[in-house]
Amino acid sequence: MAEMDTSSGGGHKKGPGVKKGKKLSTRVDLTPMVDLGFLLITFFMFTTTLSKPKTMQINMPYKDEQIKEEEQTKIKASTVISVLLSKNHRIYYYEGIGDDATKPPEVKVTYFKPKDGIRDVLINKKKMVEDLKRSGALGAKDQATIIIKPDVTSTYEDLVNILDEMSINDIRVYAIVDITDVDKEFITATEQANGL
Amino acid sequence: MPKVKMPRKGTTVDMTAMCDVAFLLLTFFMLATKFKPEEPVMVTTPNSISEIPLPDKDIMMITIDPAGRLFFSIDNQLVRKDLITAVNDEKKLGLSQQEINAFALGASVGAPFNQLKSYLAADPEQQKNYDKTTTGIPTDTTVSSDKNELGAWIRLARNTNPQLRITIKADGKAAYPEIKKVIKTLEGWKIFKFNLITGLKAVPPGTAAFDIKNGGGAQ
Repeated sequence: MAEMDTSSGGGHKKGPGVKKGKKLSTRVDLTPMVDLGFLLITFFMFTTTLSKPKTMQINMPYKDEQIKEEEQTKIKASTVISVLLSKNHRIYYYEGIGDDATKPPEVKVTYFKPKDGIRDVLINKKKMVEDLKRSGALGAKDQATIIIKPDVTSTYEDLVNILDEMSINDIRVYAIVDITDVDKEFITATEQANGL
Repeated sequence: MPKVKMPRKGTTVDMTAMCDVAFLLLTFFMLATKFKPEEPVMVTTPNSISEIPLPDKDIMMITIDPAGRLFFSIDNQLVRKDLITAVNDEKKLGLSQQEINAFALGASVGAPFNQLKSYLAADPEQQKNYDKTTTGIPTDTTVSSDKNELGAWIRLARNTNPQLRITIKADGKAAYPEIKKVIKTLEGWKIFKFNLITGLKAVPPGTAAFDIKNGGGAQ
């Protein structure tokens, strides 16, 4: 092992008087050592967590009963899109905050998908806000604002996905808000209208 | 004509190089390894493009399984010991020194306070079975309620180690109301900043985040 046995033939013959002391090979058989090495490698490979889990940081809006009404940050309805997360990873969205009961917003349905999904809605909204800023309808500090309202039927995955869309589309202002009864009615109405 | 005699070669190969490689890899994996702490439940986290790594220490982890059951853990055995002592004092659980040590050495717990003593007294095999059937740590949307045991855990844990970072590790299939309860509980203790553990996915090209990540190269 670990040596090539090339001694047979070819080697020069010693003279008859020269006695050859038996030479012991200094080489060691390494096969078991390699076996052991690979066994341990396999073990460590299976138990290792090479990549550390990644985290996503979220900041909830600071909530305090002592904050007075006038100190609260006001957002302009024209910068807002309300996003309702519902069952089967379905998303309902509408422009504005939907507080005007006389003029119900137009609720649309979409999904999480790379094309024609919620991402395009967000990108368009951002563009729209930029255009409004340029035309002077909005102040320089206004930004596209997304209000996320997860329904009770939505899952954690939906929440992470929508938060992820925020970072994908570089939307700085967003908030997770409790869903209201009005929003639930919107969902049922839209479901019926679309025959879902 | 003289026969050309091929020198007879041994069938054995030199193993030294292979051995070197094997041990090099072995060393690498040994150094890179950090043993996974044993999790009471399997949780598949959703993916996000966020690349912030989980901090090494001072983490409080709230695990939520697909059924919405809560498990609670913090790192560092010394802090765990302080925590369980504080819990024991406040909730009058009457834990023995052995049970306190069992908590310090254990992983996530998902037992309500009234079952905590029997849970810690059980052997690991029984604990595993218990984890399969437990209802998890009770929680609620109001933090002041006595029923919100998660709230109590968080308060006591933050007392023992104020630097704790709060992370939520939830399964993608967990229902939102369960998550909401946890978030409300955190908000009740004025914790508005926390981390969600997610897997990593690639940034989709053509989006704002993609441009930011690739810096000026996109210009």
